[in-house]
Amino acid sequence: MSGRDVVLARVRRALADVPRGEGPEDWPVERDYRRVHGARTTAQTVELLAENLADYRAIVHRCAADGLPALIRRLLAERGAETVVVPPGLDPAWLAAADVTLVPDRAAQTARELDAVDSVVTGCAVAIAETGTLVLDGGPDQGRRRITLVPDHHLCVVRVPGQVVGSVPQALPRLAPDRPLTWISGPSATSDIELDRVEGVHGPRTLEVILLTE
Amino acid sequence: MSGTYLGMPAFPRAAAAATRDSRLRANLRHATHTIRDKRAKAVAELDDWDRLRAAGAAVKDRTLRHLDHYLEQLETAVTDAGGQVHWAADADEANRIVTRLVRETGETEVVKVKSMATQEIGLNEALAEAGIRAYETDLAELIVQLGRDLPSHILVPAIHRNRSEIRDIFRREMASWGRAAPEGLSDSPAELAEAARLHLREKFLTAKVGISGANFMVAESGTLVVVESEGNGRMCLTLPETLISVVGIEKTVPTWQDLEVYLQLLPRSSTAERMNPYTSTWTGTTDGDGPRTFHLVLLDNGRTDTLADTVGRQALRCIRCSACLNVCPVYERAGGHAYGSPYPGPIGAILTPQFRGTEGTLEASLPYASSLCGACYEVCPVAIDIPEVLVHLRERVVEGGPVVRNGVRTVLRPARGHAAERAAMRAAGWAFDHPDALRRGMRLAARTRRLHPRRLPGPGRAWSDTRELPAVPAESFRDWWQRTRGTSGREGSAE
Repeated sequence: MSGRDVVLARVRRALADVPRGEGPEDWPVERDYRRVHGARTTAQTVELLAENLADYRAIVHRCAADGLPALIRRLLAERGAETVVVPPGLDPAWLAAADVTLVPDRAAQTARELDAVDSVVTGCAVAIAETGTLVLDGGPDQGRRRITLVPDHHLCVVRVPGQVVGSVPQALPRLAPDRPLTWISGPSATSDIELDRVEGVHGPRTLEVILLTE
Repeated sequence: MSGTYLGMPAFPRAAAAATRDSRLRANLRHATHTIRDKRAKAVAELDDWDRLRAAGAAVKDRTLRHLDHYLEQLETAVTDAGGQVHWAADADEANRIVTRLVRETGETEVVKVKSMATQEIGLNEALAEAGIRAYETDLAELIVQLGRDLPSHILVPAIHRNRSEIRDIFRREMASWGRAAPEGLSDSPAELAEAARLHLREKFLTAKVGISGANFMVAESGTLVVVESEGNGRMCLTLPETLISVVGIEKTVPTWQDLEVYLQLLPRSSTAERMNPYTSTWTGTTDGDGPRTFHLVLLDNGRTDTLADTVGRQALRCIRCSACLNVCPVYERAGGHAYGSPYPGPIGAILTPQFRGTEGTLEASLPYASSLCGACYEVCPVAIDIPEVLVHLRERVVEGGPVVRNGVRTVLRPARGHAAERAAMRAAGWAFDHPDALRRGMRLAARTRRLHPRRLPGPGRAWSDTRELPAVPAESFRDWWQRTRGTSGREGSAE
């Protein structure tokens, strides 16, 4: 017998007490929990996102479309970034003003090459206000998962209010399970030393979020 | 503490040693109290916590009651998405599969994301025997690995170490595993985290094989989920060419939507955050992004035996948040090592004896490693009634009875060493069946109450070392009731 047959046979024997006619959906699951916590206007939801991002040590900026290139230029200059990796579908206008060398996100790139890059600029798929979370789904303006991981500085642009949802239950239906997702809530952190939170381990140690008013 | 669980003493002996270690107790007290208050605050932010908790339990119960259905669905979805699924009935089989898969890549080094399942099966040791070096990349696991130590907490395996001990381990050991600790490393947590970053970066950038567990597996889509904080998980899940995930079969959830429950319950219960810094989800392989080869090893190793027990089954709901450890008065004093397995604390006291059976001395002692205060049940985000299972397992130890072991139905003999307990219970059972004898006994006890010893003689002595004997009242309740309200000479008559 294969391992598969052994395990499945054991599972079936173990469940002898489950009535024969019971289907998976017959076992009740009450979903009477909230879809979102609290009633908020769209503006308040965006405000909550900003608060929760900042609470987990992300640096939050706001601007309108016409101010974005100048803001990105300033933030990269303040970091002293010379090289910036960009996903293929990122609006070229965003980085048009920046005085940096652009590194395209390519399949052939090695992790070591990425390690030498100063910053990464991306968009996102969804942002969740209640938890201060950005979700990346590898879309054209977000690129491969590793480009937002290896460089030490991540600049993420969130279109508000279009990309903002209130809660986790509101976020999942907007995301496709078959795409590789990265949920980011603040910069990399650890609680491993005396259960005390320290920011900055393996992922980008600086996370800057630009809330771009549509 | 040497790096093996083999030959661990029974809980009381290990705990007796641990509770005399004042530094360990101080470290544990500090850490568990820090997280306790934070968790309470994070949970209080959600006014529907009880409903989320009930849904978390119900979704897991649905999955467990139809686990064969969901496992087959999961297998199909993972395979369709380009992954390969393997099944392992026990630890040896899982280790053999992973060793073979690593060998097929031609690599002799792997990077690992913190995983309870691979701790449980002793994967690192099995790989080492095959000449494959496994690097733990979670900060706490790194501390444990460098210190040739054992994990003592589910979330924070190095919770028994304080910052200056960690600094000493880094200074002493890092050089022999790769990049040495920076000169003049202090014990500030930020500097220690930085040292780990530098030490591990080299490993991440060159690793060809990553090994992980998973927090959840979504049956309908074949999606795996890893919840983490540091980014070491993302490194191991995305940079290597081959990814091997070893996951217990009970980690399955039916639908994508079900994640909305657990992604709210887990971070707040675990690290007391609204959301953990990084959550990765992946479904099979993705062209041009991440590993080109993905293996999923589905692990039984005692889980189906646990599933066969209709009372103990609820332990398989566990999402490994460790909230029960952080509130447990026994864990806080005894520490994690005394539990003799990667699963310490209240949840370990019900998982280990079920995964391994109650026949061993350590396993038989674990259901007693609790005061049954119930704090664990109260904080459990999936409402596992740990005290209920503890009492159930105590009964199994004392009375024996039918169980399933390695998939085979067998009958356990009562454990030795509980003869006095069994005799006392039998005597009590007989007395309660014979009301007249019970009344005579109680009257005799009441009349002689001034002569009763303060401590039990003989084998009961140890029990009364730490407990007061209950005082016998001058009059039994039944006598009092009859004297003041009773109308009939016989108890239990329906007049």
